[in-house]
Amino acid sequence: MRIHISSTDGVPIYMQIVQQVRRLVAGGELNPGDELPSIRALADQLLVNPNTVARAYRDLEVAGVVTSSRGLGTYVAETDSQMAHDEKRAVLIERVDALLIESRQLQIPLDEVFEILKTRDTEIFASKNGETEVKNG
Amino acid sequence: MDDRIVEVQNLVRTFGKRRALDDVSMVLERGTVLGLVGQNGAGKTTLIKHILGLLRAESGSVRVFGMDPVANPPGVLSRIGYLSEEGDLPLWMRLDELVRYSAAFYPGWDARYAESLRKEFGLAGDAKLGAMSKGQRARAGLLVALAFRPELLLLDEPSSGLDPVVRRDILGAIIRTIADEGRTVLFSSHLLAEVEQVSDRIVMVRAGKIVLDDELAEIKMTHHRVDLGFAEALSTPPVLAGAVGWMGGGKNWSVVWRGDIHLLEAAVAKTGGRVLNRGGVSLDDIFVAHAGGSIA
Repeated sequence: MRIHISSTDGVPIYMQIVQQVRRLVAGGELNPGDELPSIRALADQLLVNPNTVARAYRDLEVAGVVTSSRGLGTYVAETDSQMAHDEKRAVLIERVDALLIESRQLQIPLDEVFEILKTRDTEIFASKNGETEVKNG
Repeated sequence: MDDRIVEVQNLVRTFGKRRALDDVSMVLERGTVLGLVGQNGAGKTTLIKHILGLLRAESGSVRVFGMDPVANPPGVLSRIGYLSEEGDLPLWMRLDELVRYSAAFYPGWDARYAESLRKEFGLAGDAKLGAMSKGQRARAGLLVALAFRPELLLLDEPSSGLDPVVRRDILGAIIRTIADEGRTVLFSSHLLAEVEQVSDRIVMVRAGKIVLDDELAEIKMTHHRVDLGFAEALSTPPVLAGAVGWMGGGKNWSVVWRGDIHLLEAAVAKTGGRVLNRGGVSLDDIFVAHAGGSIA
């Protein structure tokens, strides 16, 4: 499982694991029924405290992202399409929250933020022939 | 069984006129990895020596596994796997001699585990400890500290001055120890990225006092880096409730701030400034802020 831990940012490690597993599931890199590494194996791989991995798995289970049965391992949960959609929204909302906080700190009003979003969407995705082209700046 | 592996209450220790430990109280619960951090001379090693029973409490009390380590050294020491920066190994011995010697001392010695660690660490049985590199010697010390599966693993600056490969072995050992249920780790280090990777709980000492004692995740959630802007230049940092350490000057200040993030804006409003930017902080930054001396 492709997870990267950074100790320089302010996010607790268990939360980094939770967020990254959610993204992997929402992005289709992990599918329902896929088995997650054991707590011990992931702790060894990331070189982090097993208690931390256990806490992340617990949070993921409470959120319905994974299911675990004692002794049998942890699996990505079966989800109906509504739940899968909710999960994608949850991932996006994390990013939107960061955007909103930053907009407020930069004192850019919400209307202008909408404008920027629309303009950038057009600039990024509406290029001719359906090609995707990312412009900087 | 008592879940308090270590309990220190109101411990005081003076060296001459200097208070090396000043009314220190802390608890280490079973199954926890506790990272003890602080600058050189802050009191980390003095605290560890009390836990090992090498120093007697001047006032206050120290209990390890519910016992007084000074009154009952064998009862305590036979249950602690200890590794210090210096290693304290008998340098004239060969590794296989050290293993035999240690096996006789610790009732719970696991010869098969010792052998598997020896292979994993790439150590030769007939190698003399005095002839080993610093990294190899640290591995030998780690082997002895782990092979009797101690209830408490106590590491005093274990990775100081070692290369990253050996440090990885040491972190791996901490992780493996805690993965076996009911075992507990106390380790001191100034390498905060490592501490952050493996600790459940952090105790930060400064000039003999504990300035921070909390779960790591809680510390990370309650400390923030905030950049502030002011209309007029300030010659000293503004008075801001929750501020731990300041940097900057003039119209732009940066603060490590401790508190509920929802209360930040209101607290900053009282200073007459505004929040320009904010984000999380690494344990390193939190440590520097707490050690910085700008705390009132």
